[in-house]
Amino acid sequence: MEGDIASMGQFLGAGLAGIGTGLAALGVGNVAGNYLAGALRNPSAAASQTATLFIGLAFAEALGIFSFLIALLLMFAA
Amino acid sequence: MASHTATETTEAVTHGADGAVMSADAVGAGDAAVAHGADAAHDAGGLVFHPLDQFIVRPIFGDGGIFHPSMPVPPIHWYTPTNVTLWLALAVLCVVLLFVVGSRGRATIPSRVQSVGELFYGFTHKMVEDVCGKEGLKYFPYVMTLFVFILFANFLGLIPMSFATTSHIAVTAVLGFGVFFGVTILGFVLNGPSFLKLFWMSEAPLFLRPIIAIIELISYFVRPVSHSVRLAGNITAGHAVMKVFAAFAGLAIVSPLSVVAITAIYGLEVLVAGIQAYVFAILTCVYLKDALHPAH
Repeated sequence: MEGDIASMGQFLGAGLAGIGTGLAALGVGNVAGNYLAGALRNPSAAASQTATLFIGLAFAEALGIFSFLIALLLMFAA
Repeated sequence: MASHTATETTEAVTHGADGAVMSADAVGAGDAAVAHGADAAHDAGGLVFHPLDQFIVRPIFGDGGIFHPSMPVPPIHWYTPTNVTLWLALAVLCVVLLFVVGSRGRATIPSRVQSVGELFYGFTHKMVEDVCGKEGLKYFPYVMTLFVFILFANFLGLIPMSFATTSHIAVTAVLGFGVFFGVTILGFVLNGPSFLKLFWMSEAPLFLRPIIAIIELISYFVRPVSHSVRLAGNITAGHAVMKVFAAFAGLAIVSPLSVVAITAIYGLEVLVAGIQAYVFAILTCVYLKDALHPAH
């Protein structure tokens, strides 16, 4: 594959942005795992907290999506 | 003069070809014959990865429309009916079929379609009441509209050969910024200048409050961006992953594995389609709660 140093930088940057997706996975796992740990200790309170769970998951996941967005921008818009 | 123009044209052509190689073919094709552009590569055999081609906006009619995907995309004006128009209209049609036509009878003992509609209604009603409280129920129709529209747009995008409208930031940004402007205006109308207390943490130590106010202000203005990018990014990523595995199915050794993987990811995407619609609606409720009760 041919290319210049700039496009190499683009691909490297896009690949590095992929690390952010993995870090977001840590965050999402942390939220879900802690919810489950709490829910198993106090199952009666679990149902009332599902909305909070999803809000937390959404916030953690949004940052992973941002890194995916950065990868896409580097690949196709830079 | 003439030679100058000719040089410029050649340069432009070379640059254009370079761009096509970079953007479309670096993902996996790597074949010089395919380097003409994203569209020409559809005919080439072997492993061809074009996970993002499914999101190209094409007119419904004419050469280069959705029935001629190998042709280059013709110019699109604001009045051109495209595949986005088609699938957004179908999403609206599904909502109308479920809630207007299906629940037409308003029977005490509901029909099957009506009970599905009532299920959605009750679910959203409880969500708005739980997050915003009783006074938030005034804005329940708005949340319900957003939730049901996004839900149907997401699910229609999962039909094979369809178009995922919510994968486009243009679609979700309209929804997200609509919520942002609506909530901000509502907050100032209901509370007047005391809406700004949202940024002034009265529990925090006094010397920290200006710093927290700046952070809160930034996070407030990032809200519409994250609100819309979350939905579009999730749908884009999911569909692109499915297309990547679909490209692996061209290789005989891994094709059974890739078919299994597509099935599994499709199941996950059905889940994501529902969850993202729910998350969009519940975040709308959370933002609405801030407008109704700005003081912490």
